[in-house]
Amino acid sequence: MSIGDYIRNSQVWKSIFRHPAPRDRRNRVVVMLTNLFLHLHPVSVRKSGIALSYTWCMGGITFFLFLVETVTGVLLMFYYRPTLEHAYNDILSLRDVVTLGILRELHRWGAHAMVITIWLHMYRVFLTGSYKPPREFNWGVGVILLVLTLLLSFTGYLLPWDQLAIWAITVGSNMARATPFLGYEGPGARFLAIGGVELIHSGSDARFLLLGGRFVGETTLLRFYVLHCVALPLAVALLIAVHFWRVRKDGGISGAL
Amino acid sequence: MSEASPPAGAVPNPNPSPPAAASAATATAPPKPAPPAKAPPAKAPPGKAPDKGGTRRSFLVGVFGSWISIAWITFTASMVGMLLGTVRFLFPNVLSEPPSTFRAGNVNAYEEDKVDDKYKDMGTWVIRHRDERGRDIIYALSTTCTHLGCTPNWLEGEKKFKCPCHGSGFHISGVNFEGPAPRPLERYAIRRTDEGEIVVDKSRKFQKELGQWDDADSYIML
Repeated sequence: MSIGDYIRNSQVWKSIFRHPAPRDRRNRVVVMLTNLFLHLHPVSVRKSGIALSYTWCMGGITFFLFLVETVTGVLLMFYYRPTLEHAYNDILSLRDVVTLGILRELHRWGAHAMVITIWLHMYRVFLTGSYKPPREFNWGVGVILLVLTLLLSFTGYLLPWDQLAIWAITVGSNMARATPFLGYEGPGARFLAIGGVELIHSGSDARFLLLGGRFVGETTLLRFYVLHCVALPLAVALLIAVHFWRVRKDGGISGAL
Repeated sequence: MSEASPPAGAVPNPNPSPPAAASAATATAPPKPAPPAKAPPAKAPPGKAPDKGGTRRSFLVGVFGSWISIAWITFTASMVGMLLGTVRFLFPNVLSEPPSTFRAGNVNAYEEDKVDDKYKDMGTWVIRHRDERGRDIIYALSTTCTHLGCTPNWLEGEKKFKCPCHGSGFHISGVNFEGPAPRPLERYAIRRTDEGEIVVDKSRKFQKELGQWDDADSYIML
């Protein structure tokens, strides 16, 4: 018995590859179909589902960009420290002294591209009427994914900790002041009071929770870092799983029903 | 493997059995390409696709010349390139560690048997002390305990270095006398500039148990 046969007959090999070597027609098919990486798509898809002119592949590209952002983001975390002392200098060192620090630019442009492709995906779904029943729920999931993507962009925006970042987040988070009831300048906030003591003030409202203080500071940097690197990506990953699963369960990708 | 291919790596100078050129070129898989090499001229049915069995040319075209192979080669090369680039990315070019060589003031600034922690951040105690031969010397001790690598403290009252981790104790000379430490603290290379300044070089170390403390670079004679 040759060593190749020995390996192919071992329990380890057989536990990974359920079918014999793809030497005949049948095994060539089943080996492909039973491998996640060789056949991510369903066994059968509608013809329009793989027509580029119909789908634009924008959902797929968005997912690909999410993977790019994840990989480059993890690599950047090896160099970036979310503290007042280090944050800006770590960004500069990525640009100036780290070999292939261009990964940061990939991360940044990938993020811009992802926002664009996710809009185009939404536009395409609208044009093809793919939001109609029974796909309304998945449209809703997609809208949440869009919002989460924008929040990922927003939280990542602060991390370089340059003047642009600080003031952009200052301005952007000022919107939270106007949250109904929960922002201290928002409508209804002043009605949340007990015996003349206001519950919602500048030290207890939604903006304060977001920033971890009354202005953008080190607590904000840490909060946005954790949101950007852990909390939001986990939420996105979960919803992407739901999104893709529902695509299959609701009759496949983007065809008429 | 058949017996037709003897030692693959060695140079087969007397090689009478197969046609020399064919066997040398396809040393890895001799059984397959050898028979069809003769075949095409014999077969060559008219009107069919040219030599389906495969000449060396069709083999090389198949491996390197088709679109699918070019695509796979490009894909593989880019993946390998990305992997290597990622590994390189993880090796920083600039470190925020203290330099291995630093200046530790003038020799005249040191009092005998006085230990201060001025250069402890650099991992060194610079000490003036009379050695066992009675010579007045200055040396640079490493702050790394020789047991498991913690950093001992100088206890002025007891005149000893005491490691907080497992209780190893060292004399001011660096020689261990209590606890689990198996050998004395190490010295770093030290020298005196022409202006009388001390320069400590942490890239070279001297171990007493190896007799290296006799090396003139491990101390400054006063």
